[in-house]
Amino acid sequence: MTTIDSTATIVMRPGRIVAAYIEEARAECLRYLRNPGFLLPTLLFPSVFYLMFGVFLGRANGPDAPLYLLASYGTFGVMAPGLFGFGVSLALERDTGLLTLKRALPMPPGAYLLGKMCMALLVVAMVSVIMLCLAVFLGGVHLTPSRIATFFVLEVLGVLPFAALGLFIATLVKGQGAPGVVNLVYLPMAFLSGLWFPLSIMPSFLQAIAPLWPAYHLNRLALDAVGLGDGVVWPHAGVLAGFTVALVLLAARRLRRYG
Amino acid sequence: MNTDTRIAGLSGVRKRYGSIVALDGIDLDIHRGELVALLGPNGAGKSTSIGLLLGLQRADAGEVVLFGGDPQEIATRRRIGVMLQSAELPPTLKVGELLRLTASYYPAPRDPTECAAIAGITNLLDRRYGKLSGGQQRRVQFALAIVGGPELLFLDEPTVGMDIDARQSLWAAIRRMLREGCAVVLTTHYLEEAEALADRVCVIAKGRVVSQGSVDSLRAHVALRRIRCITTLDAAAIAAWPEVVSVDMQQGRLTIATAQAEVVVRRLLDGDPALCELEVQRAGLAEAFQEITRDTDAVQEAA
Repeated sequence: MTTIDSTATIVMRPGRIVAAYIEEARAECLRYLRNPGFLLPTLLFPSVFYLMFGVFLGRANGPDAPLYLLASYGTFGVMAPGLFGFGVSLALERDTGLLTLKRALPMPPGAYLLGKMCMALLVVAMVSVIMLCLAVFLGGVHLTPSRIATFFVLEVLGVLPFAALGLFIATLVKGQGAPGVVNLVYLPMAFLSGLWFPLSIMPSFLQAIAPLWPAYHLNRLALDAVGLGDGVVWPHAGVLAGFTVALVLLAARRLRRYG
Repeated sequence: MNTDTRIAGLSGVRKRYGSIVALDGIDLDIHRGELVALLGPNGAGKSTSIGLLLGLQRADAGEVVLFGGDPQEIATRRRIGVMLQSAELPPTLKVGELLRLTASYYPAPRDPTECAAIAGITNLLDRRYGKLSGGQQRRVQFALAIVGGPELLFLDEPTVGMDIDARQSLWAAIRRMLREGCAVVLTTHYLEEAEALADRVCVIAKGRVVSQGSVDSLRAHVALRRIRCITTLDAAAIAAWPEVVSVDMQQGRLTIATAQAEVVVRRLLDGDPALCELEVQRAGLAEAFQEITRDTDAVQEAA
């Protein structure tokens, strides 16, 4: 009689688990950096808008316009990697079977979402560097190194609420419907948060509801980072953090329930 | 039981989706080193059975076991390899990168180059997945399934969309994994695939295993054999013989279905000494499969 040990456990060393997370993030970054359909609009929309309205036309609106619009278009540039890079890609992959395969494979839990988050952070870092270069070298904006650093860090971390929103939307809509739904959130929110036109020229009703949108709060923080703020920081940061946590929890609940 | 070679299985598993019963108390065992082919019509419960064994879903009732544990735990899944029927991998990643990523999930993966060689994709390692043909993509998916050094391999319709040569070489790769002691659960629509590879065939219909055994024993379920010949005997007269089930005449060639081929052949030769081109064939797995699922339908309708 042969005894077959069918319950022998194979130990995965901690180092290999960390390596799996890193590999996942690396693969996720590579695949989107090679996808011009995602990368080009994400990088070009905010930078071309800023170049037109902030750099070429901006100075006609006063000396602070290039600086003010750096904050607005910078915030606008943060939204797309979170909403599209995170949300739309997850929604599509729930539909194409990739997420099912990953769940069947022994991928460490969370590696998939963490990988997408790294990718979104990387793309936002690229957007921020492009925007800062345009502002400093073409827009004649003067920023101290500490303000540049603050703005950069704020923009990179600022992707998290939008990634959380994208994640939540992806749990509601899967497949080809997701890009449309995300655009319905993305473009109106940019407008209503005062990223394209200052809130002060908008109807008072729209001004009153602006604090509902995360982009409004990130924009206020970005204005503060470039030195045009009113010094109020923590309430906005608190709202963004709360928004992120709440949406991640909601999304996690839905993913657990419906997969 | 210490002498148990069972490494995975379903016992009395039930699963419903709303009002649809997908699995109705199914029992299925997978033993070390064997290849089990799951056959059955669409909607029979093959995919649900695989989904449960992979931990993608939870059973409503019954027990799902993978290596003595719960397939929803990652540690048990580190011993399996998976090739799903419909998974679109990232098109912009290169084949080598996909192998490297998948290998990173496992504690002791195989050498990716060796896996590429087994799957016959060595020349594709630097190509982007999205640029490959359907058959090449299936071979890449097979390489990904074996890269973890699995003890149990799940292959869901692995040769769909492959030409005959590609199918033969994938079969050879599957046989190689079996020789190395890896067990395989294969679902397929191609009966010749099950005939070529399977130690054991499970026919699933209406959420249950309706028949299981070796390919030969499955075929023996169908007692009928087919006699084909060219003869001057009258087809209608032969149809009246007691042993004959049915007769078909096509372009001068007679096909007779019977359970007692020897008796019928003797009568044919006695009746027509000039008879030629005589062939006697056991029913293929296709007929066996049809007959078994038809029987189940009849039983269920009668019940």
